[in-house]
Amino acid sequence: MKCRKCGDAAVLELRRHNAAFCAPDFLEFFRNQIREAIRKYRMFDRDEPVLVAVSGGKDSLALWDVLIDEGYRTTGLYLDLGIFDYSVESKAKCEAFAAARQVPLLIRRVEEEVGAPVPIIKSVTRRPPCSGCGLSKRYLMNRVALDEGLPVVATGHNLDDEAATLFGSVMHWQTDALPRQSPALASTHPKLVRRVKPLYRLSERETAAYAFLRKIDYIVEECPFAKGATSIAHKQVLDRLEVPDLAEGDDSTSDLWLALRPGEPVPPRLDFRMSQQPADAVPQ
Amino acid sequence: MKVLLRNPRREVEVAGNRRVKDVLRELEILPETVLVIRGDDLITADQHVADADTIELRPVMSGGGA
Repeated sequence: MKCRKCGDAAVLELRRHNAAFCAPDFLEFFRNQIREAIRKYRMFDRDEPVLVAVSGGKDSLALWDVLIDEGYRTTGLYLDLGIFDYSVESKAKCEAFAAARQVPLLIRRVEEEVGAPVPIIKSVTRRPPCSGCGLSKRYLMNRVALDEGLPVVATGHNLDDEAATLFGSVMHWQTDALPRQSPALASTHPKLVRRVKPLYRLSERETAAYAFLRKIDYIVEECPFAKGATSIAHKQVLDRLEVPDLAEGDDSTSDLWLALRPGEPVPPRLDFRMSQQPADAVPQ
Repeated sequence: MKVLLRNPRREVEVAGNRRVKDVLRELEILPETVLVIRGDDLITADQHVADADTIELRPVMSGGGA
């Protein structure tokens, strides 16, 4: 496989672009996508300081890396969620990243700021752990930005995150959520800073490849509370919808149901192999 | 050949001397859900891997709260 731009050996194939790239051309492609996102949505100006929310994962550290290279004035914000070894390791990754590039990193402990770490929030709120965690993070990101006088928070949400969120809103008929989803959310109140997602044009495979090629040491292991998360189930469904074999009948609708609603029994109407049914036998 | 998998971290042995995409198919892993890493390099699904190779299939999916 050859690089679309220079013809050298490719290191990454991007099926959605019907293209493959060598390492240098992929890195440039990646940066261009972020430049275009910032330009199109007027996310921030050259002279505006930006608070970059970092988790120690590939997306947020890749974003911070690009913004630093592009010359933006950035400050990192790591929120210590108190999730045992996972938080210890992810914080260390962020600290090492910031130290190597000599950029400022703010660290806030969720336990101190909202009264309890995520494991306790999970047990007392009866909300799914990711829900309480996300709520705490959005609140704290905004508050720290206000306290520090920073007009905008950039997060590492990527194209897959946005697709999964959109899919979930549609699946659950959350019409009020649809207009709130955008690559850039303006400040609508003096106490709400702008929130932007400069990675919205890039898939998580692309951000992982960028982080690997740039030798960014990110946390590969998944958050222990993310297992079974709805957003992950939605991503798995979307991934599988794009596999040609599915359309050819090598999979089943019951698998899709299980991915969407893990643990729930499959309704009889879905429990059949598409490939084993003649077209006129499909239940209505 | 050796294949390093993550979440949880583990190692499996599969036959080499074939294309990466054939290894992924045997392990029932969708190509779009992983990076394929050999040594310090990313490799594409059409490349051949040898019996003596070790590759890492690093998942790219992350998720949970926003």
